Amino acid sequence: MQTKRMTFPGRFLPYALLAPQVIITLIFFIWPAGKAMYQSLLREDAFGLRTTFVGLENFARLFRDGDYLNSLSVTAVFAVGTTLISMSVALLLASTVNRMIRSRSTYTTLLVWPYAIAPAIAGVLWWFIFNPSIGIVPYLLDMVGYNWNHRTSGNDAMLLVVLAAAWKQISYNFLFFLAGMQSIPQSLIEAAAIDGASPMKRFWTIVFPLLTPTTFFLMVVNVVYAMFDTFGIIHATTQGGPSQATNTLVYKVYADGFIGLNLGSSAAQSVILMVIVILLTVVQFRFIERRVNY
Amino acid sequence: MVENRPWANVFAHTILIIGVALVVFPVYIAIVASTHGPGEFLRGTLPLLPGPHAIDNYKAMWNTGLSRAGAPPAGQMLWNSFVMAMAITIGKLSISLLSAFAIVYFRFRFRMFFFWIIFITLMLPVEVRIIPTFQVVADLKMLNSFAGLSIPLIASATATFLFRQFFMTVPEEMLEAARVDGAGPLKFFKDILMPLSITNIAALFVIMFIYGWNQYLWPLLITTDPDYYTIVMGIQRMTTAADGDPQWHLVMAAVVMAALPPVLVVLFMQRLFVKGLTETEK
Repeated sequence: MQTKRMTFPGRFLPYALLAPQVIITLIFFIWPAGKAMYQSLLREDAFGLRTTFVGLENFARLFRDGDYLNSLSVTAVFAVGTTLISMSVALLLASTVNRMIRSRSTYTTLLVWPYAIAPAIAGVLWWFIFNPSIGIVPYLLDMVGYNWNHRTSGNDAMLLVVLAAAWKQISYNFLFFLAGMQSIPQSLIEAAAIDGASPMKRFWTIVFPLLTPTTFFLMVVNVVYAMFDTFGIIHATTQGGPSQATNTLVYKVYADGFIGLNLGSSAAQSVILMVIVILLTVVQFRFIERRVNY
Repeated sequence: MVENRPWANVFAHTILIIGVALVVFPVYIAIVASTHGPGEFLRGTLPLLPGPHAIDNYKAMWNTGLSRAGAPPAGQMLWNSFVMAMAITIGKLSISLLSAFAIVYFRFRFRMFFFWIIFITLMLPVEVRIIPTFQVVADLKMLNSFAGLSIPLIASATATFLFRQFFMTVPEEMLEAARVDGAGPLKFFKDILMPLSITNIAALFVIMFIYGWNQYLWPLLITTDPDYYTIVMGIQRMTTAADGDPQWHLVMAAVVMAALPPVLVVLFMQRLFVKGLTETEK
C-alpha cells in the first residue's frame, strides 16, 4: 500500500495518531472476537460453576441441532425474500424515475427517507399495520376471507418481517440503481430508439445488462443487511416466533446467549457468523475490483 | 427521455405515485394513530384520518412517557439518543481522520500491521460478537454510561478508508509547499488537510449520525438503568411491557418522535447524504 512520495519524518507521532483507533479496535473488536473463539471451545455447566474444554463439540452439536438447522433455513428464506422484494421494487421505481426530467428530484426525495428509519422502528410500524386485532391490513384481508395472524402462523410472521426489512431497504437500492442508470451513456439508448426498439426492449437489452455490476453489488449488500442489520426488526416484533419461524441466526446468537445463557453454543454461533461475514466481505471486495474493469 | 409518448408518462407517474404511497403508508398510519385518543383503538378498526388528540398525546409522551411500562419520558430518551449519536459520530470521525493521516503521510514500522487491524473491524459487526463484547464492557465497568454506549461503536474501518482514499488524491505539491514554508505535520493537518476534507467530513457526518441514532441492540444490552434508555430501544419496551394492550396512540407518538430526527437530516441534507452513502460503499 502506498504513501505519499514525500512524507513527514516522525518517530512517535504516527503511533500517537493511530493509537486511539488501534486501542479501541483491540479492546472492543479483537479481544471479544478472540474470546468468542475461545468460549466456543468450552462448555459451562448449568450453574456456571465449572467450565470444561470440549474442543469442537459445540460446533458438532449445532449441526446436529434441529433448531439451528431450522434457523439456517429461516435466515436463507428471510435474506432471499428481503433482497428480491426490495431490489425489484427499487429497480422498477428507479427505472421509472429515470425517465422523468422535471419531477425526478421530487420523487427521489419522496423515496429516499426510509433509509433513516431504524430497523426496530420499521418493524414496529409494520407490526402495527398488520396487528391482528386493530391493524388495517388484516381487516382488509378478512374481507377476502384470509385470517391473518402472525402470532400463530409462521408464514404470516415471516412475511411480516420480510416486508418490514424490504421496505426499509428500498431507498438504498433505489439510490444505487438510479446512480447506475445515470451513468449509462444516453447515446446507446437513443441509437436503439432510432432503430425502433420499444422502451421495454431497450430496458431489457441495454439498461439491465449494463446494470449487472450494480445489481451484483446490491445483492451482496442486501444479503449482508438482511443477515446482520435486521436484529431490531425481529426483536421488536416477532422475537423469533411463532415456534422459531423467524428465528434468524443473529437473533439466535442473542437469544441463546442472553436468554438461554448457553454461552458455549452462542459463542460457537458467533464464530460461524464471523466466518460468513468474512466470506461475504471477500466476495464483495473481489466483485468491486472486477467492477472497475467493466 | 428519448421519444414523446404521453400515455407512457401517465403510466410512469401512476407507478411512482403508487410507489411513494406504499413507502409513505406505514408512517402515515403511525402519524394518524398518534393523533387519536385511547378509545378509538378499542373499536377494532383503525381510523384513517387524523384525530383531535395530537397535542395531548405528544405532550404526554414527551413529559411523562409510559412509566407503567418502565419507559422514561420520551424527551429524556430523545436526549440520550442525541448524545449517543453525536458521541459516536464525532468519535468515529476524529479517530478515523487521525489514523488515515498517519497511514498516508508517514512511513513507519508495522504500518501494514496496523492497517490490517483496522481493516478487520469491517468484518466484525456488533451483532456477531454480542456476548463477548458485552462481557468486556461489563469488565471495564462501562455498563449504564454514555461511554459504554458510544466508545465500543466508534472504531470504523469505513471512515478510515474513505479518508485515506481522499488524502491520496490531495496533490503532492500541497505537502511540498507546506514543508518548504516550515509547517509541521500537525499544522499541515489542521490548516490544509482539514479544510480540504470538509465536504467529505460533512457527508460522513450525516451517515454516521443516522447509524448512531438507530443503534438498537447495543443500548438494549448495556442499559438496565432507564436514565440511559435511548428512544429507539425504549419503544420496544413500550410495545412489549404494557402487555396485552400497548397504548398504541402513545407508542405511535414515540415512534414518530424517534423517526423524525434522522429523517429530517436526510431530507434537509439530501445531497450530502447521497454523497456519503455512495462513497462509503465503494
